[in-house]
Amino acid sequence: MSFIVNLIGILLIAFIVWWFWIYKGRSEASLEGDKIDIIVDSGVYEPSIIHASLGKPLTLRFIRKDANPCAEKVIFSGLDLSADLEVDKPYELSFTPQKKGEFEFTCQMAMYRGMLVIE
Amino acid sequence: MKEIKVSRESKDHETVHLNVPDMTCAGCVAKVEKSLRSVPGVKSADVNFADLSASVECDVPPDLLIKAVSDAGYTASVASPGGDSSEKDNAELLHYRQLLKQTVVSAVISLLILAVTMLGLLPAVETAPGRISWAVVSLLALFVLVYAGGRFFTGALKSFKHHSANMDTLIAIGTGVAWVYSTFIVLFPNSLSEIARHMYFDTATLIIAFINLGAALEMRARGKTSQAIKRLIGLQPKTATVLRDGQEVSIPIEALQIDDIVRVRPGEKVPVDGELTQGSSHVDESMLTGEPVPAQKNVGDEVTGGTINKSGSFLFKTTRIGKDTALSQIIDMVRKAQNTKPAIGRLADKVSGVFVPVVLIIAVCTSLIWFNFGPEPVITYMLVTTMSVLIIACPCALGLATPISVMVGVGKAAEYGVLIRRGDALQQAGRLSTIVLDKTGTITEGKPVLTAIEPGEGWDEERLLAVAAGVELYSEHPLAQAIVEAAKDKGITPEACESFVAVSGHGVKALAGGRNLLLGNKRFMEHNNVPIGELERLADELSRQAQTVMFVSVNGKAAGILGVSDPVKPDSKEAIQRLRSSGIKVIMLTGDNSATAGAVASQVGVDEYIAEVLPQDKADEVARLQGRGEKVGMVGDGVNDAPALAGADVGFAIGTGTDVAIESADITLMRGSLHGVPDAVNISKATVSNIKQNLFGAFGYNSLAIPIAAGIIYPFTGMLLDPIIAGAAMALSSVTVVTNANRLRWFKP
Repeated sequence: MSFIVNLIGILLIAFIVWWFWIYKGRSEASLEGDKIDIIVDSGVYEPSIIHASLGKPLTLRFIRKDANPCAEKVIFSGLDLSADLEVDKPYELSFTPQKKGEFEFTCQMAMYRGMLVIE
Repeated sequence: MKEIKVSRESKDHETVHLNVPDMTCAGCVAKVEKSLRSVPGVKSADVNFADLSASVECDVPPDLLIKAVSDAGYTASVASPGGDSSEKDNAELLHYRQLLKQTVVSAVISLLILAVTMLGLLPAVETAPGRISWAVVSLLALFVLVYAGGRFFTGALKSFKHHSANMDTLIAIGTGVAWVYSTFIVLFPNSLSEIARHMYFDTATLIIAFINLGAALEMRARGKTSQAIKRLIGLQPKTATVLRDGQEVSIPIEALQIDDIVRVRPGEKVPVDGELTQGSSHVDESMLTGEPVPAQKNVGDEVTGGTINKSGSFLFKTTRIGKDTALSQIIDMVRKAQNTKPAIGRLADKVSGVFVPVVLIIAVCTSLIWFNFGPEPVITYMLVTTMSVLIIACPCALGLATPISVMVGVGKAAEYGVLIRRGDALQQAGRLSTIVLDKTGTITEGKPVLTAIEPGEGWDEERLLAVAAGVELYSEHPLAQAIVEAAKDKGITPEACESFVAVSGHGVKALAGGRNLLLGNKRFMEHNNVPIGELERLADELSRQAQTVMFVSVNGKAAGILGVSDPVKPDSKEAIQRLRSSGIKVIMLTGDNSATAGAVASQVGVDEYIAEVLPQDKADEVARLQGRGEKVGMVGDGVNDAPALAGADVGFAIGTGTDVAIESADITLMRGSLHGVPDAVNISKATVSNIKQNLFGAFGYNSLAIPIAAGIIYPFTGMLLDPIIAGAAMALSSVTVVTNANRLRWFKP
């Protein structure tokens, strides 16, 4: 019994490490056209990984569904962009990516997390 | 139904944005789209299910569109595309009320459960009536978890699917485990030993009550942190009185065009930016620049949207509207800066990114330690400690610590007319050891004026000025402008000139009424063999007072001298003293000669001055100081000083009230006064120390509370933390951070 409980505990820790850090398969989307809708709800951006092309104009349309104040800002710290989101009011963030790379976008507290991949 | 507003986006067709709140499926989308497209005059209709809205390009009135949608069985209303702050406030208020309601309901049920448990009113769970009674309690608790805590569970599940975890995850697991374990006892009481049959329904529900209360309080406090930006948004008037076909009509501010003529009566707000064309007045610009004294405005002067007309009625021609107005740019800049984080917050960001999974691992470890080494009943200890660890951990406090103080700090600075471009500048400004001030336009007004008239023998002031102004009328030199302006102010008509030749670096020659006139420096007089005699002593005297001296001669005889100087701003000295008394070294840079520079330097009391610096060498001076290990702040007008501003650790641009977006500067001072610099430095220091308090509190709280919750003091005291206390502590911790940041609102630099 004791062995089983300890084993379950250790497996649980391994699972946490794998699920939250090692496994990378989050909801991904590539841009079709130049616009994409990102739903902000219940602690996540959906899709949370967005692929876009260098030098092509891009519009990220954030639609905030979550009234929790945590969701009220989205910040792209690497791109010097940010937006204040209102509940049920889409916000269009339009820009032309000028550098390649992975740019994280988060809420003010870095709990909501997403990634913009410029290729 | 929401408020009706129309936005015009195209000249040929209007785009009407509708809210269609009743759509429930993709089928509805098709139906609504079809109904809209069937209206004659509709060019295109796009329905968005995600935000339950429709954008219709058409030239029909919105009423027809609404009717078409309602004929299809849905309700519609016209929505504002950008949204306004009052709608946002309403949404926040609704959420706040919802949180309070959830708090009250969960608290009442929790106390009820707590009372029956404590007073032993329910029969033992092992008996049949007991099981039924406890099953009812379990259902009541489940109701609380779903009604008041449902969002934690959906949030946790959704984040889990996205391989991320947040506070919802911790609360959902903590309270969920308590409920599942307790319900298991109700269903199978005999599967556990008697001492392990303690149930935690009250714990789960009370935690939910506390966390909802904390969220409500935090929301209230957070609302206050954005007051500065709300105040700026509130400055924008909704309507303007515009002249159309000779009639004054009141129109919404969005309908204003460039070159419209707008009437502003006393007490009214200037709606957008423009140039005064008729009338004069005093305008209160304090809300934008922090300058308390109303500014005199005459024909040709700029007026800024959002400022208040204090006295006369005037007309102005609009020059900037919509997003281009100074006020819109200020709002935009403050908002952007509020969303950036100074370097000090990056560690907390890194930690909060991995915080929740780490707490989950700590919780599992805690459980295992109690399982292997804890006293009987092992399962009870495992449960209580694990629950406490999950509930007490507060990623919010950590995540909020920096941004919430930056919000308040940047907002506070804006109140004083100090616009901070980035969070980093906010952090750096408090660490400056040296401040370099450009002289012209920064310490001084930047507009030379005539400050001395000394007529020679046989001349008087009036005639001397009339002759000099007549010559200078043709010159574009700033010093010449000062002489012409002075003549104009004194009501002296300049004497007409017949010919005019400028001799670069020396002065001008002119012919007026058959007389040969010379106006220039001492060397110019010497070259032309004009004896200056007694005037030389006077000229030296004026030079020592930081005045630029010009000699006037008529037909080879000295007629007098004129002194022009760029007056020091009245509060420059005081502002420089404020900087020096906070231990900052103040250095003045100028292109002037040593005598003039020295005179200004001693007048304002700087530590050092560097004269005869060419504009292009200012950046090198900044770099040289940085090379000595100084943290250098450079203050300039943002145009000539751009490279030096960009090269400094913090670049301050002195604006003239409307030059908001000076790209090369980290900080723009809206008020022409140098006081903005010590204000910025002091606000920076206060904000950084507030952030430090928050970070210290949040890191300290989590690193103390989690081990205590895990039971680290149990071996010494025999005491364990009650998970209910853990819930209360966690709820309080983020409220404390926000409240501490709010203290900055009362700070006076």
